[in-house]
Amino acid sequence: MANLKVRVAGVEFRNPVIAASGTFGFGREFSEFYPLSALGGVSCKGITLRERPGNPPPRIAETPGGMLNSVGLQNPGVDHFIEEDLPWLKRQGTAVIANIAGSTPEDYCRVAEKLSDTAVDMVELNISCPNVKQGGMQFGTTCAGVETVTAAVRRHCSKPLMVKLSPNVSDIGEIAAAAESAGADALSLINTLTGMRIDIRTRRPVLRNNTGGLSGPAVFPVAVRMVWQAYRRVKIPIVGMGGVSGWRDAAELMLAGAAAVQIGTVLFSDPYAPVKIADGLNQYLDENKIKNVSELTGKVQAW
Amino acid sequence: MKQYDTRRCAIRRKRRLTGDVFDFTVDAGDLAGISRAGQFAQIYVPGKTLRRPISICEADPENRALRFVIQVRGEGTAVLAGLEEGDSFDLLAPLGTGFEPGDTSRRALFVGGGIGVPPLLGAAKPFGGNAVLAAGFRSGDAVILKEDFEAAGCEVRIATDDGSFGRRGLVTELLGATEFDVIFACGPRPMLRAVSRLADERGVPCQVSLEERMACGVGACLGCAVRLRGAAGEFYGRVCRDGPVFDSRSVVWENGTERRAASWQT
Repeated sequence: MANLKVRVAGVEFRNPVIAASGTFGFGREFSEFYPLSALGGVSCKGITLRERPGNPPPRIAETPGGMLNSVGLQNPGVDHFIEEDLPWLKRQGTAVIANIAGSTPEDYCRVAEKLSDTAVDMVELNISCPNVKQGGMQFGTTCAGVETVTAAVRRHCSKPLMVKLSPNVSDIGEIAAAAESAGADALSLINTLTGMRIDIRTRRPVLRNNTGGLSGPAVFPVAVRMVWQAYRRVKIPIVGMGGVSGWRDAAELMLAGAAAVQIGTVLFSDPYAPVKIADGLNQYLDENKIKNVSELTGKVQAW
Repeated sequence: MKQYDTRRCAIRRKRRLTGDVFDFTVDAGDLAGISRAGQFAQIYVPGKTLRRPISICEADPENRALRFVIQVRGEGTAVLAGLEEGDSFDLLAPLGTGFEPGDTSRRALFVGGGIGVPPLLGAAKPFGGNAVLAAGFRSGDAVILKEDFEAAGCEVRIATDDGSFGRRGLVTELLGATEFDVIFACGPRPMLRAVSRLADERGVPCQVSLEERMACGVGACLGCAVRLRGAAGEFYGRVCRDGPVFDSRSVVWENGTERRAASWQT
């Protein structure tokens, strides 16, 4: 039995498999399938200062090898999260990551401040949501934007701070370095790639929001490449995600540089995927006589 | 027992109902005992990112069976429709609210459009002769489940778009002066909206089953939003968890932007 424990920015995860924000709600619905303690952690649905209604439907569409979504950060607001969702989630025996979003740096800071006094284990700064007009990705696509928000939140956040990066940039290494220099304790990447499809019969975009975020196996090679590029630029740990569908993908992303992985879209076809991925990794490590899963991180032998 | 779970279910019986509609009965084990008509299953399609939400037509706990009627609407449903007896469905079920029959001595009106008819069957059966089904189809070729409703004792009235079977026109034109105490409806959104208006006019309760593209199916991802009216104003609810069966008065039937919600890649 290999050691699946990993530490990211001082937070211990019992295994490197974390449910990705937006696909897992606050955990209740998936706890019907298995105890959440089977997971390394849960990254909660993105939380904002005030409740957000989300975007009008249709919000999702399947595409080859993946899907588009434009949920638009629908959430009950940080106070509701702290009072109603967090206490339950903290009792489940898994690490809790609060994913936070906002329209202005001040919004992010106030949410981070409120969470600093709670039992959340880590804050994930979402500066990469492609589906809201303000507050999402505009902070995440320039180095100046990343630095401004990260540095501001850093001053108001006593929790380990992980910055979730957008892949919709030309140089992910520079963006990663900007987040690190502004005080991030860890990085998570990739969020979704902005995409669009049009119904040629109605000539309408298939999403009511016109554009949405692409996720699923289709984006996995992009995730591997970006995790690898970011890993070579920063010293802080990276949590990799983007189209991970099985334990082989998880191992691959770790070899590219990830200290842990987040699992999202595959949950929709197989809600048990995170458990299978943790089991598969364990078996792979045993077969290859690797004692600690963390030994995989960054061990790609690049040409 | 879990409220819902995944289960590999062998196909016990498959029948072709029309050119593109197939009737499946599957061995669902203990899932059959906790399922009811109007709830749905998310059925896994090999190679596809999303499962396909399919309404439960009937649950038969005695025979540990669930019945699904599937229309080919795209690549995913074509794969499912191509499975044969002995193959199996990977189900995630039962999901959502389902119809609440309530007092079955009431006179119940069931209104269905096309592939919206199947989930009404399991709900109509307990009403027997107290149920009237008003069903609309594209044409006579597309009529499904007529004999099933009749065998349950229900009165069946049919309308078709082209008049090739029953009355030419809309299902709502089949009602005349018929009186009823409760309505159950499933079908295209414009039809549901008309039925909802009718329920308001007659002052009777009305349960409608809605459709939306879905991802998780269990209420976590918020992909299948529907505009609802609540005590604190309008909000986006989840078709998969808060529905798919809703009180018609809680649904916001938006103007102007009627659209084919589920016509993409299903």
